[in-house]
Amino acid sequence: MSILVNKDTKVIVQGFTGKEGTFHAGQCIDYGTNIVGGVTPNKGGQEHLGKPVFNTVADAVKNTGATVSMIFVPPAFVGDAVMEAAEAGIELAVIITEGAPVKDMQAAKAYATKHNMKTIGPNCPGIITAEECKIGIMPGMIFKKGNVGLISKSGTLTYEGANQVCNEGYGITTAVGIGGDPIIGLSYNQILPMFEADPDTEAIVMIGEIGGDLEIQAAKLIKEQITKPVVAFIAGQTAPKGKTMGHAGAIVSGSAGTAKEKMEALEAAGVKVVVSPAEIGKAVKEILSK
Amino acid sequence: MNIHEYQAKQLFAKYDVPTPKGIMVESVKDAVIAAQELGGPIWVVKAQIHAGGRGLGGGVKLAKTLDEVEELANEILGMTLVTHQTGPEGKLVQKLYIEDGADIQSEYYLSVVLDRKLEMPLIMASTEGGMNIEDVAENTPEKIITVPVDPTIGFQGFHGRELAFGLELTDKAEQANIITFAHKLYTLYMDNDAEMIEINPLVKTGKGEFIALDGKMGFDNSALGRHPDIAAMRDLTEEDPDEVEAAKYGLSYVALDGEIGCMVNGAGLAMGTMDTINYMGGTPANFLDVGGSANAETVAKGFEIILKNPNVKAIFVNIFGGIVRCDRIANGIIEATKITDVNVPVVVRLDGTNAPEAAEILKNANIANLIVGDDLGDGAAKAVAAAAKA
Repeated sequence: MSILVNKDTKVIVQGFTGKEGTFHAGQCIDYGTNIVGGVTPNKGGQEHLGKPVFNTVADAVKNTGATVSMIFVPPAFVGDAVMEAAEAGIELAVIITEGAPVKDMQAAKAYATKHNMKTIGPNCPGIITAEECKIGIMPGMIFKKGNVGLISKSGTLTYEGANQVCNEGYGITTAVGIGGDPIIGLSYNQILPMFEADPDTEAIVMIGEIGGDLEIQAAKLIKEQITKPVVAFIAGQTAPKGKTMGHAGAIVSGSAGTAKEKMEALEAAGVKVVVSPAEIGKAVKEILSK
Repeated sequence: MNIHEYQAKQLFAKYDVPTPKGIMVESVKDAVIAAQELGGPIWVVKAQIHAGGRGLGGGVKLAKTLDEVEELANEILGMTLVTHQTGPEGKLVQKLYIEDGADIQSEYYLSVVLDRKLEMPLIMASTEGGMNIEDVAENTPEKIITVPVDPTIGFQGFHGRELAFGLELTDKAEQANIITFAHKLYTLYMDNDAEMIEINPLVKTGKGEFIALDGKMGFDNSALGRHPDIAAMRDLTEEDPDEVEAAKYGLSYVALDGEIGCMVNGAGLAMGTMDTINYMGGTPANFLDVGGSANAETVAKGFEIILKNPNVKAIFVNIFGGIVRCDRIANGIIEATKITDVNVPVVVRLDGTNAPEAAEILKNANIANLIVGDDLGDGAAKAVAAAAKA
C-alpha cells in the first residue's frame, strides 16, 4: 500500500517534449512509472520517448485513460495547464514548475477544486511511492521501500530526510513534496489523514518551514486525528524576519510564521520535533524500534 | 519587488484612485521648483525609501513656505533614515516627493493583501488610520475589518457595503466614495499581480472624499515578466548589492551576522543547514541556495560572495545531489578553489548520487583547507570546530 499513486497509476506529462519534461519523464519511465503519453500542442500524433503525444489533455485522457498529470510547462502557462487538466477529468495534477504567478494559482486551484482534481505543488519535487511510481524530479534511488510516510515543503530536505530514514534501516511508503509557494495544492492536512489510513505507513516525517500557518493547522489536526507517531522539523529557526528565504512562501511577516511558534504547536500536539534536520533519521529509529 | 510611494501613486493615478498632487525630485533646487509648480499653500516633503515608519523617523515634514520647503529638502535629502523597518543601519534618502498638503478630517487604514489561508485577496480596513497596523491588530483586533474577495467573482457590491459599514460611515455619499475607492484599488491589485497595496493613512476630507495620503505596493516577482512597466520601476539602490549580484547567477543569498558561510542546494536544506550550525553552537554568516544545477561557475561565484563578508571564518558546503551528480559538483568545487582565493577552511559534505566517487575526488585533490564532512551533522560540527579555531 501507499498513498495517492502506485505502480498501476497511469500518468501523462504536460510539457512532455520540452527540455525539462523530456529529461525527467525519461527518468520516471526508467524508474518504472507507468507514463502512458504526453501533451504538447501541435505535436499531437508524434511519438516521444516511445509514448504517444497529444495536442490536448482531453485527447490524452480519452486515448490513454490517464488519471494523473505531471506538469512541466513554463511558469506563465502553469495556470492554463492546471485548468486544462481539471477540465479533462484528471484526478491529480503534480506541478513541478517553479515561478508560477500567485494570481494564476489562485484561479487554477479554485477551478481544480470545483472539478474535484487534487493538485500537488507548484514548485515541488513531486511525489514518489518507493520502488513503484515516481512522478517528479527526485533522485529515485534514495527512496527504499518501507514503512515511513514523508511530507515536505522542501525538495532537498525531502531527500535528506528520506536518506536518513533509509540509512537507519527503514524505508519510505510514499514521499510527497508539497512545495514552498504561497499557494499550494495538497498540504499536511490533506496528506496526514491519508498516511493515517494507509496500513503500510507506521510513522510519518513532516518537514515544514517558516511562513504561513500550514504547520500550525497541521498541529491541530494531528492532535485530533492522527494516532501514528510523527517526527517534524521546521526549517528557518535562524532566518531573519521579513526576508524571503529562497522559497516564495518562506517569509516571516511581522511576528507570524516563525519556526518557534510552529515547533511549539507541533510539540504540544505530541509530535517529536527535532531542532536539526540531521536528527530526523535518529528520531524515526527511536520511535520505530520501541 | 517593492516600489516607492511616488511610483505607487503614479499607478493609483492610472486607476483614478485619488491622491494629493505631487512631484518626485532628486535635488533641493528641484524641490523648490516642484513646490512652486504645485502652488501650495502648504506642502509635505517626504523621503522616498522602501520602508514604513518614515514619519516617525523624521523623513516626512510639513512646510508652510517655499523657504521651509528648501530647508526641509536640505535636511532630509541625503540623510540616513532609521525606522522600525530599516534596521539600525537605516537607509540613505536619495529621492524626495514634494506633495500638496491635504484637508484632513479623519484618518483610516486600507490595504489589499494575499490571504494565504483563504487563497484569495483580502481587503483590510480600520478606523485607526496613521497608526502602526500591527499594533492595532495586537491591541484592538476588533478595529480591523477584513473582507476577502474571491477572484472568481471579483469585487461585488456586498464587499463594498461590508467595508463601508465596518468603517462606521453613515453618510450615503461617503459610503459610495469608499466603495468606489476600494473597488479601484482591488482592480489595480489584480491587474498588476500585486502582492500588497497599503494606504496608511487614507484620509477623508471635509467634503467626504477619500484620498490616499500614503501608498505602498509590492509585487509578485514571478509575474513581473508580464508587467514590463512595473519591472522598470525596480530601484536597485534600495536592495542589498550582494543579493542583487547573487541573483544574476541564479543564486539566492541573504546576509546574516554569524561566522560560518553556507553554500547549499535547495532553500529548505539551506535553512536547515543554518539551523544545524546554530544547534551545534556556531553562527551562520548567510543563507545561500545555489539552486538545483550547481556547477563550477556558480560554486565559484558563491565562494566569492561569501568571502566578501569579513566575518566569515569557515565555509560549509552542503550539497545533497539529486539529479545533479556529486562527482561533478566535487570537480566544480576544485575548479572554484582555483578561480577564487579561498583563504578559510572549507568543509564539504556531498551526499546523494555518486557521493563515494565525489569523496574520492576531493581526497585526491589535496587542497589545503578542505575538510570532508560525512553527513549533515558531521559536516556542521566540523565547520563549527574550524570556525572556533580560526
